[in-house]
Order: sequence, then structure tokens, then C-alpha cells
Amino acid sequence: MTRIGPTPVTEGHAMTSTEDRPNVHIAAPSDAWAPGAGAAPQGAGTPVMEMHDVSVFYGAYEAVRGTTLPVRQNQITAMIGPSGCGKSTILRSLNRMNDLIAGARVAGKVTYHGQDIYAREVDPIQVRRKIGMVFQKPNPFPKSIYENVAYGIKINGIKGNMADMVEEALTGAALWDEVKDKLKTSGLALSGGQQQRLCIARTIAVKPDVILMDEPCSALDPIATGKIEDLMHELTKTYTIVIVTHNMQQAARVSHFTAFFTAEVDDEQVRHGRLVEFSETGKIFTNPTDKRTEDYITGRFG
Amino acid sequence: MTAATRPAPAGATGSPVDLTRRSLLRRRRLTNRVVTSAIALAPLIALVPLGLVTYTVISKGFAVMSSAFLSSDVTFSSRRLGGVGPAIQGTLLITALAALIAIPLGVFGAIYLNEYGKQNRLARVIRTTSDVMTGVPSIVMGLFIYVSWVLLFDAQSGLAAALALACLMLPVVIRSSEEMLRLVPDELRQASLALGARKWRTTVTVVLPAAISGITSGSLLAIARAAGETAPIVLVIGLVAKPEWNLLQPNVALPQLIYSNASSPFPIAQDRAWGAALTLIVIVLVTTIIARFVANRYAIKER
Repeated sequence: MTRIGPTPVTEGHAMTSTEDRPNVHIAAPSDAWAPGAGAAPQGAGTPVMEMHDVSVFYGAYEAVRGTTLPVRQNQITAMIGPSGCGKSTILRSLNRMNDLIAGARVAGKVTYHGQDIYAREVDPIQVRRKIGMVFQKPNPFPKSIYENVAYGIKINGIKGNMADMVEEALTGAALWDEVKDKLKTSGLALSGGQQQRLCIARTIAVKPDVILMDEPCSALDPIATGKIEDLMHELTKTYTIVIVTHNMQQAARVSHFTAFFTAEVDDEQVRHGRLVEFSETGKIFTNPTDKRTEDYITGRFG
Repeated sequence: MTAATRPAPAGATGSPVDLTRRSLLRRRRLTNRVVTSAIALAPLIALVPLGLVTYTVISKGFAVMSSAFLSSDVTFSSRRLGGVGPAIQGTLLITALAALIAIPLGVFGAIYLNEYGKQNRLARVIRTTSDVMTGVPSIVMGLFIYVSWVLLFDAQSGLAAALALACLMLPVVIRSSEEMLRLVPDELRQASLALGARKWRTTVTVVLPAAISGITSGSLLAIARAAGETAPIVLVIGLVAKPEWNLLQPNVALPQLIYSNASSPFPIAQDRAWGAALTLIVIVLVTTIIARFVANRYAIKER
């Protein structure tokens, strides 16, 4: 079994982050799965999802071209890159959220446990049930905290004691202690960081396999960000996570694998997103193969 | 350069910079004063007709107001005052039926427009049509029902009046509900879909509850407006003097009583009209207050 894991960012790289938050996961775990968790979960590290030459079109415009990368089980895969490089678009193609955009089309192959999720007989509802999503802006439903978490359980007809399942999900999202006395209050009354953890609780309540996170901390302050990052490490015991982030330090702190995307201008002056490099996070941040990756992570990006 | 054209800074304070109002150009000061007073005056002027109407209706209507007036049967006698009891009942009955027809239809139409049709051809046609329908004079709706219902079945009835009012309310409900659905943030729909909910489920359990307060108050305002409509009703409702529960029979409504009594030469008929007008205003006012209350009560806090 390959032992892979993020390596702390070395001093030599001039990171551009302005965050002032020492000792929170700057030193990422040396092992791929959460430290102290005992044996690694069964099958950890094997690809759960794979993208083969995936391109996403909006109408005739090819937003991202030719992306090939695996998503490994119980690992965090980060997607980084400048704005407009298509990382969110690629993320959303992993659970067919792009279907909701008129004119969006995916070429290539996205497989989940070997099955093409864009095959004709596949129901996108089933795909999203297995591959959940947390969005950039916390978006709890305008319902009570309890109802927010219970919603997915109800619509998916999951059997069992509702109160227990809600508590389990909120505990899993490290929110239970903060909200257990006010489950009836509106989810919108929580702080931004709590709202985002509520959204994570809502997602894990339906027990998905993979969780996609689209810049989950970009609307949060550093303390709330730290809590979400801690939580993400906990979640890898059970779930596989793919995260899009603008914050390179965050990718370095939390992820096991990193995909670097950039935007290229073709001969006709049209911008396309493109995967430049995919590798173990430690390698990307200390010894990138591609010059463009190195320029970006060292802040020399034009 | 501009500084040179301004009045010299006041030397009184000894400061080289004059930050008082006097340092501004005279023209700017003047414009500011004129526009500010015009803006302050406009609402005052707008209040005058509103206040006068309310005052007149209350002062004249209050004279005849009594529990007997509110409950007595309708009369067109030149000696007896009679009452508006059957007309209150008729108005409430007809308006309620119109609401029962128009609101579900309108809300479902709005859901189609905003959640399903979006910008397709059918949706655009419906949207334009309902915009046009909003502007159609209400008597045209009355004529439409008169031709397509009253002449067809050869009977004026409460039901026909309700249909005419429903035609009036429908475009208002559609457009106000669509506007409310449009305000529901798309992130909520996506969050629900990402949990594996189907579209109809997302619409019913997430989008509709989020918009329900706006839809409710919009619908209640449409009801309040329709309750006061006269033209479409007088054509199709017929006339009765006693309370009528059967919707297939002719009925009587408050706006109709105001209309027919106000044009009568007898003073007592005109008193009846004022009394009916006051009753109608109170009914509309109560509906509006309920609309406001509902909107505030169920409004989504924050966001």
C-alpha cells in the first residue's frame, strides 16, 4: 500500500496567504487517514471515482478540456487554480449538478465504482444521493436546524429513528454540542461557520459515499475555517472528499492529493480550463513537475 | 480652477478651508432646497385625496351604520333604509369562490413559469398574456363571462360573478407569485437537489415554503382588490333582496349596491350607498391587515 500524505509547506515557498492562524493543521498528518484512528478504513486509497478525458461544455464553449484524474477513497482531493480555470465546473460534473445548467454538457467519462454516471440508464438523483455536495455560500433551508438535517433523510426514505439520525449527523459535523438545546430554531439564525457545518450535517445525514465541497470556507473567518478543516479530517474516516479551494494553504493543510488547474488561451483567443498537474499534495507543493504549477504556488503567477 | 469660481472661503474661523454649506455654489444649494421640498410635498399631496375619500365615506356612512343595517335585507324603497346583510354575504361568498378558483390556478401557473417553463416559448406567451390581462378593463372580464357563461346558460348567478372576479384575479396572482418564487435563492434548490431530491419535491418542500408568505400576501391583496370590483359583477350577478346561498341563483354584492343606489335621486338610497361603501372599505381593510400580518408572521427571517 502506498503511504502518501501531505507534507508541511516548506519555508522556501513564499505563500501568499494573509491568514494568521498558527498551529492549525499547518502540520498535516503524516499518514493518509486520520491519525490515531487505528487501522486505515478498508479500501482506503483505491479510486472511488475516475475521470477520463472529461470536458465540460456550456453550449458550444468548452469551459474545461481533457481532465483525467482519480478520486481516492477516504482521501481528500483538492482542486486549486486561478479563477475561471474550471475547477468548480469539474467538481460539479462529478455529481451531475451541471445538468441543472441549461446548455451544459459533459464529454468523456466519469465513473463511480466503475460505472459511468453519465450513462443513459443512470438517474442523476441516485448519483447525487451517493455523491453529496457542500456549497460555497452556506445555504441552510429556511427551516429549523432539526428540519434541515431531517430533510434529506425524509426525502430519501431512510428508515430508523429520526431523532437519533439527526443527532448522529450533527455530531458527525461537530455541531451537536452547540445546537442541541435549540434544534427548533431556524438554521439561518446560526453563525456562518455553524451554518456551513449544518450544511455538512445535512449532507452526511443521507450517508453519501463522496462529499464534494465547493470552496466551503471562502465565506468563513479563519476560526470557522479551522473547525471545518478539522472536521474534514474526521470525515475522511468515513467519507471521500473532493474540495475546491482558492486557498493554497488550505489545500496544503488538508488534502492528500492536489489537482492544479489553470486557464489557457487557445489560438482563437478563447479561454479554456485545463488540468495541469495532479499529484500527491506534498509533491505538488514542494516539488511540482510543471513550471506553471510552481509559478502559481510560489505566487509568481501572472 | 474650480476653486477660483467658488466664493472665497470664509475668513471668520481663520481656517483656510471652508467646509460649511456656504462654500457650495448658490445654484447647488438652491437645487437641493427645491428638490427636497418637492419630495416632501409629494406624499402630502398624495395623502389629500386619500384622506378626503376616507373622511367622506366614514362621516356619511357612519350615520346609517347600525347592526340592523348590517343584517337587514336589501331594499330599493324610497322610504325604508333597508340593509346590506345579503350583499355582505354575497360579496364574501363570491369573492371566496373566486379566490378558490384563481389562487390555486395562479400559484400552479407561477410554479410552471418560474420552475419549469422558465424562458421557453409557452412560458413567455403565458407571461405576456397575463401581463396584458392585468391591464384589461374589468368590465371586459364581465362581458366575457356574460357572453361565454350567462348567455350560454341563460342565467345570471353568483357563480358567474365569481368566475368574472377569478378572471380578474388570475393574472395578478400569477405575476405576484412568480415574482416571489423568483426571489427564492437558487442555492436552496441546488442544496435540495444535491441531497437527492427530485424537482417536484424540491419545489413543494423547499421553494414553495420559502416563498409562501409573499404568495399569501400577494393573493390576499388580489382578493381585496377583486372584492371591490363593480363592473364585472353588475353584468352577470343579477339581483336579489334576500340572502342567497345557492351559487347558481342570482346574488347581490356590495359594489353593486353602491353603484345602483348612488345613482338614485332619493336621499335615503344615497345613504344606503354610503353605508354600503363604508362596509366594503372595512372588509377590504380587514383583508389587507390580514395580508400584512401573514406576510410578517411567515416572513423568512434574515437573508
